Amino acid sequence: MYVVVAGGGKVGFYLAKALIAEGHEVLVIEREARKAEIINEELGSVVLRGDACEASTLSEAGVNRADVVVAVTGHDEDNLVICQMAKKKFNVPRTIARINNPKNEQIFRLLGIDSTVSSTDLIMQQIEQELHAQALVHLRLLRDADLELIQAPVAPQSAVVGKKLREIRFPKETLILAVVHDGTTSVGSADTRLEAGDLVIALTRASREPELRALLLA
Amino acid sequence: MIAVILGCGRVGARLASVLDQEGYDVRIIDRNTDAFRRLSPDFRGQAIVGSGIDDDVLMRAGIDKAAVFAAVTNDDNTNIMASQIAKVLHHVPKVITRIYDPSREDTYHTLGLETVCPTTLGAQLIEQMLDAYEKQKKEAQPLAGAEVKS
Repeated sequence: MYVVVAGGGKVGFYLAKALIAEGHEVLVIEREARKAEIINEELGSVVLRGDACEASTLSEAGVNRADVVVAVTGHDEDNLVICQMAKKKFNVPRTIARINNPKNEQIFRLLGIDSTVSSTDLIMQQIEQELHAQALVHLRLLRDADLELIQAPVAPQSAVVGKKLREIRFPKETLILAVVHDGTTSVGSADTRLEAGDLVIALTRASREPELRALLLA
Repeated sequence: MIAVILGCGRVGARLASVLDQEGYDVRIIDRNTDAFRRLSPDFRGQAIVGSGIDDDVLMRAGIDKAAVFAAVTNDDNTNIMASQIAKVLHHVPKVITRIYDPSREDTYHTLGLETVCPTTLGAQLIEQMLDAYEKQKKEAQPLAGAEVKS
C-alpha cells in the first residue's frame, strides 16, 4: 500500500516507522526543516518538505495514487483540510484523521472523513475500564452499524440474578455473547444462568443501552 | 437576527461594528481577549473568548440560531472548519469564509463554501489600477512612442 502521512511529529514518525517495517510504501509530509531532517536520517529519505494543506504539496507527494492518507498533525482543523483535499481533489479512497477534541469525531464524519482517532477518547476509555470495573464499559463502537459491544457486571440486586438467559427479557436488538463467571468465560446460550458478579458481554444497539444498563445494574 | 463572526482582527472587528450598526445581534469570537480591543467603543454586541473550531464555543455564541456566519481568522483551515460546522451541522443560512490561499479557496468554493480570497482580490485590484494608469498615460501623451516621419 502507498500511505501518505501528513505531519512528522511523534505520532507521524512512529506511524511511518511501523508502516515501513510492515513493508508499505510511505511518504511523510512535514513543514519544518529540522523535523524533516531527523526523520530522513532515521527512516531513509521518506520526507517531502511542505505544507500538506496545499494542493501543490499533495500533488507533488503523488497523493492521487495513495491508498490511504493519514493526517496526524496536532491541529484538528489542519487534519480536516488535509483529508478533505485528499478525498475531494485527489480521490484518495481512504482518509484517517487524528483529532484532539473528541466532539470533532461526529463533525469529521459528517464532513466525509472515513475514520478518526482521538487520543483523548482512547485514554478516557482506558481510564474507564481501569477505574470503573463495576460499571458498564464500552468495549467497541461499531459506528457504521450503530452497534456497541459492551461489558457489564450483574449487580446483586438485579432481577436477572439466578435466572437463565432464556428466562430474561432483554431489550430488543440485544445479543448476549458471553458470560464470565469466576474468571471462566462461556459463550452465552439459552441455558446460561446469571449470578451476581458475573460479567456479561453483549452486542446492543446504542439506543438500547440504557435499558440493558438498567436491567443488569439496577 | 444573530450574526456570528469568528476572528476579531481588523476585518472581524470592522465587520462587527458595521453589522451592529445595521441592527444585527452580533456575537464575535476570538481565542485572544486582547483582540477585542479592536472593537469600536460603541459596539453593543457580545464578545466570546474561545476556539472557533470548538462546537461548544460556537454554541455559546448562538450558532444554532444564527442567520449569518463569517469566518475571518488569519488561519485558513480554522475558517474552513468552522464554516463547515456552521453550514453542515447547524444549517446557518448564510456562511462566508475567508481563505488566503487561492488554490484552497478554489477547492472549497467548488465544494460549496461561499469564499472570499483577499489574495486574489488584492492582486486583481492592483492590476486594474496599473492598467488604468497605463491607459491614462497613453491618452495624456498620444504622440509618446510614435515614430517621427519627415
